[in-house]
Amino acid sequence: MAMQVTFNGVSADYNYGPIRSPLVLQSVDLNVTSGAFTAVVGHTGSGKSSLLKAMNGLLVPTEGVVTVGETEIKPGKNKKALKEVRKKVGMVFQFPESQLFAETVEQDICFGPINFGVSLEEAKKIANHVISQVGLDVSILEKSPFSLSGGQKRRVAIAGILAMQPDVLVLDEPGAGLDPKGKREILSLISQWHKTRSLTTILVTHDMDDVALYADDVIVMEKGRVVLHEEIREFFNDEEKLARLHLEVPEARSFQLTLEHELGIKLSRVCLTVEELADALIEVGLA
Amino acid sequence: MNKLILGRYFPGDSLIHRLDPRTKLVAAIYFILILFIANNWQTYVLLWTFTIIVMRSSNVTFITYLRGVKPLIWLILFTVFLQVLFTAGGDIYVDYGPIRISSFGLISGVYIFCRFVMIIFISTVVTLTTKPVDLTDGINSLLRPLRKLRVPVDDFSLMLSISLRFIPTLLDETQKVMDAQRARGTEFGEGSLFRQMKTLVPIFLPLFASSLSRAEEIANMMEVRGYQSDKRRSTFRQLHWQNRDTLSLFCMLVLTIGLVMLRSKGFSH
Repeated sequence: MAMQVTFNGVSADYNYGPIRSPLVLQSVDLNVTSGAFTAVVGHTGSGKSSLLKAMNGLLVPTEGVVTVGETEIKPGKNKKALKEVRKKVGMVFQFPESQLFAETVEQDICFGPINFGVSLEEAKKIANHVISQVGLDVSILEKSPFSLSGGQKRRVAIAGILAMQPDVLVLDEPGAGLDPKGKREILSLISQWHKTRSLTTILVTHDMDDVALYADDVIVMEKGRVVLHEEIREFFNDEEKLARLHLEVPEARSFQLTLEHELGIKLSRVCLTVEELADALIEVGLA
Repeated sequence: MNKLILGRYFPGDSLIHRLDPRTKLVAAIYFILILFIANNWQTYVLLWTFTIIVMRSSNVTFITYLRGVKPLIWLILFTVFLQVLFTAGGDIYVDYGPIRISSFGLISGVYIFCRFVMIIFISTVVTLTTKPVDLTDGINSLLRPLRKLRVPVDDFSLMLSISLRFIPTLLDETQKVMDAQRARGTEFGEGSLFRQMKTLVPIFLPLFASSLSRAEEIANMMEVRGYQSDKRRSTFRQLHWQNRDTLSLFCMLVLTIGLVMLRSKGFSH
């Protein structure tokens, strides 16, 4: 079951003792529809990670309401709501391998589900299932997470989140620091999981090619505000707008634009992937 | 985690900020020593006046200092409690089995409390107003004579500055790991003591693992850049002794004389 995530005039800041940070989220209104794959882009410090944390109740709003499915997070203490939200929302942090701690991979994957009241047996079954889903061999379950390679650790950490069987999956640059191939694999795995489980997925990324390949729509953040929330084709259609937001164009699209400029032609549609571009070029008889 | 005041620097340009780190270190240690000269209320009033003047002139709010005391308050109260219970003499108010609360006990309890709080206040003044790098430079310079005894002073101060440098990094990382485990359903500060301790494992293990790998990285990096522990190193930042430093130490001397003159003669109480 998927669910919708809504922000209603949400402002938030980090309050650390005497030092109060400026608002990291400023009256954000947002509606992520159920089952959508949404990408969040923006520059460093624009509030992307804070937006994700607010979805998981790790950052409680100082104003406004965050709604996940039926659960509301309001300013102040709401312990019960937080527990519910964290059960529904699986959060993959940046460099999630830093959260691995258990003696074996299996125990680490089981940690989340057991915290949310799944029995040990059931959790082990789930662990067995998700480990193959993230493209690792079942034999790895018996190993220590600290003995694995960087890429394997990343997969185990993501498996630990998937094992919680969340309805909403939020990911903060899951591919950061991996080689291009490893990154593609992780993202296509997430996209696969998104489709088969019909999840609501929110992905923070810097890579416009990721956005073009996987996302249905895009949220652009700037200085703690959502400045744009659009369907991706509409979003990539207007390169002036992208330039204004200091965002790049996906490679295929950028190649299309150069081609159109050089040859003085106009292709029938906006191409976001290499395959689409190839098809469009065949159509006009250029390839 | 972020409410930790000890070891945190508050930028500013007060008189205390501008003092040489060596002055501040020596004065703080000296202050802790002369605390033990005090043995009656006059001397404690003098010490309190001094402490408050120093705190005021650091331009850091009083609340910040109180926060420094907060994590230690139970330890302090426990010590005071023992002192009150087991000091005999003077008028006795409660006499119940081995427990005896006397006027001497109460007074020395108050004194102990003052001593603790003043030690914390004064050392907090030093850490709040001195950049960690200056502090290590100061310690390095103060320990320099020990070089003659073949004590590895430079290595020691390098270790110190590396540890100080990584306190904020480690705190950040702790916050991140805590968030990550919270997202996986851990609730901190709940349930029995045993359960609460169990929730610490998923925080500390990742932190240990990352600290160890970071230590190795730093060691490699230093070696690659040609660090050798037995070679003399020049310093980028130089410490300069000013008149105000001499003056501050003179103030400490005056304080000592005041204390010696005000203290009760003979055995205390």
